[in-house]
Amino acid sequence: MDYFLELFLSGLTRGSIYALIALGYTMVYGIIQLINFAHGEVYMIGAFVALVVAGALTIYGFTGVSILLLAALVAAIYAAAYGYTLERIAYRPLRGAPRLSPLISAIGMSIFLQNYVLLAQTPDFLPFPALIPDFDFMEPVAHIMGSAELVILLVTALTMVVLTVLIKYTRIGKAMRATQQDMTMARLVGINVDRVISVTFVIGSVLAAIGGVLVGSYIGQINFAIGFMAGVKAFTAAVLGGIGNIPGAVLGGLVLGLTEAFAAGYISSAYEDVFAFGLLVLILILRPTGILGKAVRQKV
Amino acid sequence: MKKMHLASWLFALGFTLLLSAPALAADTIKLGVAGPHSGDLAAYGIPTKDAAEMVAAEINAKGGVLGRKVELLIQDDQCKPEIAANVATKLVSQEVDVVVGHVCSGATKAALGIYKDAKVIVMSPSATNPPLTKGGEYPNFYRTIAADDDQGKLAATFATEKLGAKKIAVIHDKGDYGKGFADFAKQFVEQGGKAKVVMYEGITPGAMDYSAVVQKIRKEGADAVIFGGYHPEASKLIAQMKKKRVDIPFIGPDGVKGVGFLEIARKDAEGVYATGPMDVSKYEANRKARTAYQKAHGSEPGTFFDQGYAAVQALLHAIEVAGSTDYEALTKALRSSYVETTVGRIKFDQKGDAEGVGFAVYQVRNGEFVEVK
Repeated sequence: MDYFLELFLSGLTRGSIYALIALGYTMVYGIIQLINFAHGEVYMIGAFVALVVAGALTIYGFTGVSILLLAALVAAIYAAAYGYTLERIAYRPLRGAPRLSPLISAIGMSIFLQNYVLLAQTPDFLPFPALIPDFDFMEPVAHIMGSAELVILLVTALTMVVLTVLIKYTRIGKAMRATQQDMTMARLVGINVDRVISVTFVIGSVLAAIGGVLVGSYIGQINFAIGFMAGVKAFTAAVLGGIGNIPGAVLGGLVLGLTEAFAAGYISSAYEDVFAFGLLVLILILRPTGILGKAVRQKV
Repeated sequence: MKKMHLASWLFALGFTLLLSAPALAADTIKLGVAGPHSGDLAAYGIPTKDAAEMVAAEINAKGGVLGRKVELLIQDDQCKPEIAANVATKLVSQEVDVVVGHVCSGATKAALGIYKDAKVIVMSPSATNPPLTKGGEYPNFYRTIAADDDQGKLAATFATEKLGAKKIAVIHDKGDYGKGFADFAKQFVEQGGKAKVVMYEGITPGAMDYSAVVQKIRKEGADAVIFGGYHPEASKLIAQMKKKRVDIPFIGPDGVKGVGFLEIARKDAEGVYATGPMDVSKYEANRKARTAYQKAHGSEPGTFFDQGYAAVQALLHAIEVAGSTDYEALTKALRSSYVETTVGRIKFDQKGDAEGVGFAVYQVRNGEFVEVK
């Protein structure tokens, strides 16, 4: 039972991170039906910016939580700028193009950003400071859960609540929902669709950057290629939960994380990915729209 | 820069004279030097070629071996097996006495049969593939580098005998190098009979989280971890072991023993064990050869320079001891008499592996790898 609980928490932690990144995929897909393959790179850039900022702040004598918050803030702003620019130069010019073109453009941006960071920074792994303050729990809990895991779980939960409120109750949230339903009609009733799409990219990028900062300080190392694996996993989570659906992305992330943790714990960690992607195939066969996805009505 | 240019020109000139020498002095010792001297793996072959040139020049200046000058027959195999076979045929047809090379295990294997039929002794500075010697198929083959399985064996014996571990978790990164090391470690732990392998598992490099594996290590009650792979995964594993309070020794291969590991794992690195090539810089011959190289080329010698240098030294020494280049006499000399080389004082065992070279266990103490005696 103890072992089960340990694996459960381990799965929950990594699931939360997948969920955090998956939200960005799912929001963009929900609105413009584009899979933004460069999303994982925004996550990676967020982590790099946080590393630089944290280093600079340490030199200027900042300590503890203030570094974490400031680094996350700067990383979020930087990533938001990247997300916005990405949409402007790689996707907006292709708005009316066949669906394959923006998809290829997205893959192109992903490869471009990876190589850009590779050349501008370094191909080596870099140490990432443990920004999340490390405090110890009492012993029965300590070997299951640390402060980093707790913070990751809390941040994901909080993000989901904030996002739900934003989409349900604010003006921009309404505009996003309207755009999602029908872009042409939304434009006709006076919604600035381009702005809505930009905002979506910005929000998604901020979430990815937060994910990057959390993962960086959790595992203590980053390099230019971390975005690829994270991106693939988060994308899988989004599809699993039903792409375009916000609670679905979180659920998908958690399901994926738990599947991996239990596969690793009870079978072998060598088969972690086999089970994760096997599950994806199985769900897509049984429920092509994902766990929480609704069948899309054919627009006439 | 200009000076180096001039030096290399002079060298080339000297070398050309050397090549034309056999016409005058018929009786030379023909030393074949085979390895990648062009192509993407040239960096592994050129240092050995440089070493051979240095040793030959030095010996010739002293009057040669048995009164005969050493003549180098240098051949580029690009580490490609098919080219290596051609190179071997060519060297044999030129009636080579002994060969230093080849450099890559695959190329070496392709060439060995040809040398064996011609009764030519071959000594590689870098082919670490275990079956080359341990398979017993090539009695004409020797090497001045330790084989891959020695490292796994060392990790296994260190864990069971020095650390007294009874239950060992063997983890690898599923790659050729990491899994190879882990497989050998597992095999030797089982053969030793003093400990059990309670867990044998591959992890995915680049995964975000290894906590499930760490929990499993705890559940299996392992009292030591042997890990095959590189430093990013090792430091992630160690960090999570620390966090989850799994406080047992961790032993990695030479992919872990390096500055990169210390930088990333930081304070978690403390106390971690890693196997790695023995420190050869303490040997007098090594220091001398390296200084001479630096003086001549203005840069540090490259990979396998030490091993290549040692191979040429060992071969020429054996010829000296045997008093001829006869195959049987050479075999006997290589296996019985010690020689001072750049990798220490060595001789060769029945299978052709150098005794005296090998791996050592290191431990991180105060942020540095220190050899464990």
